[in-house]
Amino acid sequence: MIREANEEAVRRLKDSSPRLVDIRKAGDVLRDFDRMTILHAGPPITYERMCASMQQAVHAVIRYEGLADSWEEAAALAASGKIRFAPCHSRGCVGPMTGVTSYSMPLLVVRNETYGNEAYSTINEGAGDVIRFGACTENTIKRLKWIETVLAPALKKVIDRMGGIDLSAIMSQALSMGDELHMRNIASSHVFLHRICAVLSEVCEGEVLSEILHFLTSKNDQFFLNFAMAANKSAADAADGIPHSTIVSAMARNGVEIGIRISGLPGQWFTAPAPLVDGLYFPGHSVADANPDIGDSAIMETGGFGAMAMAAAPAIVRLLGIPDTGKAYAFTEEMRRITDGEHTSYTIPGQNFAGCPVGIDIMKVVETGIVPGLNTAIMSREPGVGMVGAGLSRVPFECFAKALIAYDEALQREKAAG
Amino acid sequence: MEKKLFDEPMTVINLGLPGFFDSVKGQGAPCIHVDWKLPAGGDVRLLEILDRLHEMEEAEQNA
Repeated sequence: MIREANEEAVRRLKDSSPRLVDIRKAGDVLRDFDRMTILHAGPPITYERMCASMQQAVHAVIRYEGLADSWEEAAALAASGKIRFAPCHSRGCVGPMTGVTSYSMPLLVVRNETYGNEAYSTINEGAGDVIRFGACTENTIKRLKWIETVLAPALKKVIDRMGGIDLSAIMSQALSMGDELHMRNIASSHVFLHRICAVLSEVCEGEVLSEILHFLTSKNDQFFLNFAMAANKSAADAADGIPHSTIVSAMARNGVEIGIRISGLPGQWFTAPAPLVDGLYFPGHSVADANPDIGDSAIMETGGFGAMAMAAAPAIVRLLGIPDTGKAYAFTEEMRRITDGEHTSYTIPGQNFAGCPVGIDIMKVVETGIVPGLNTAIMSREPGVGMVGAGLSRVPFECFAKALIAYDEALQREKAAG
Repeated sequence: MEKKLFDEPMTVINLGLPGFFDSVKGQGAPCIHVDWKLPAGGDVRLLEILDRLHEMEEAEQNA
């Protein structure tokens, strides 16, 4: 029963075929969503318990949505109880770092061509005053408006003219070019730009084309991450809700707590305090400056990328605090001990084209005590400062222990009910 | 009078904590380390659940 269920979940993670099909306003595509609903990264959390950066990101989008005329009004509205907060994951969506997503934001629409479901993510804001790091300035709002009114319409025209873009082909190619697609997306971003560039020049021109190209090529090496996250969300959702499966279908952090979900208990979160990240801090910064781990980007490890594919990205390992490529290879091998399968489309050339390990099984995690790693940016605990380092975070054992206990209890209830 | 604990030279297999391995190795004795941990961190409740689930799977396979 468990084995068959897990085989099905892993098959869905492996067979999924994500395709970028559109860019649409969040309010038009997300279910049960309105202007007074704001999504955030990670498991559920109230405004009062959010970390400062997530609160500031909320204030920024309240201003962006025109719901308040000043920062003071925005903060008061956020705390008033009139705004409904929900995890991105609850709406088929994922967002990096704070993950704050609101009604007017254009979302990448990724269709899983194999299973027919859709997943969504915001468009990466690039560097500077960005809500994913909790920046709350006039520049933050200006950037969001530019993405909504200039970048998104142009990209939508490109997607329409190209008849969609196969994301799995880009991810597969990027792995062979040294990305693990979580903390290194320079290859995937370049391949994406290479594919769209000619068509982009056909759908916009002059100052607009120049602005877009500057944005895509200046301090924006992680631009493709949001596409990859939506792609993995589309696979993870297809693998979710299979009765009796013990395969992890989501891992995410909100800056205070980290949570996992498993396929056999859809919609339930199993949480623990979000860990501080062991990694390499930029000059002038230390762990004392760091916010606990944050972001939905752990959907990458859920789908077999990031830390699971550490061996694919030798160029990134020292930034993550791993001393040599041998340890990076060993890390991917260790992850194979807690997963039920290997990708066939996504392979690691440096490991003789072995597939990336995929399908984290909570039974294996609990049995071995080996917990999944997450490659991650380290966000400052000071809103708007941004990234202060990068490293390897580990999902606490507590999440998996709680999930296993809940799974067993559900099974006992099912047996008792006959 | 010194009394020897072992008549033969000792070869050590160390299970689990690497500190013991380092200590024995440091004294020049041949020693190999086995990276082993208690399943489920030794948590009895989790071990019972895992045993039950594994037994259920085995019973289904053999049915």
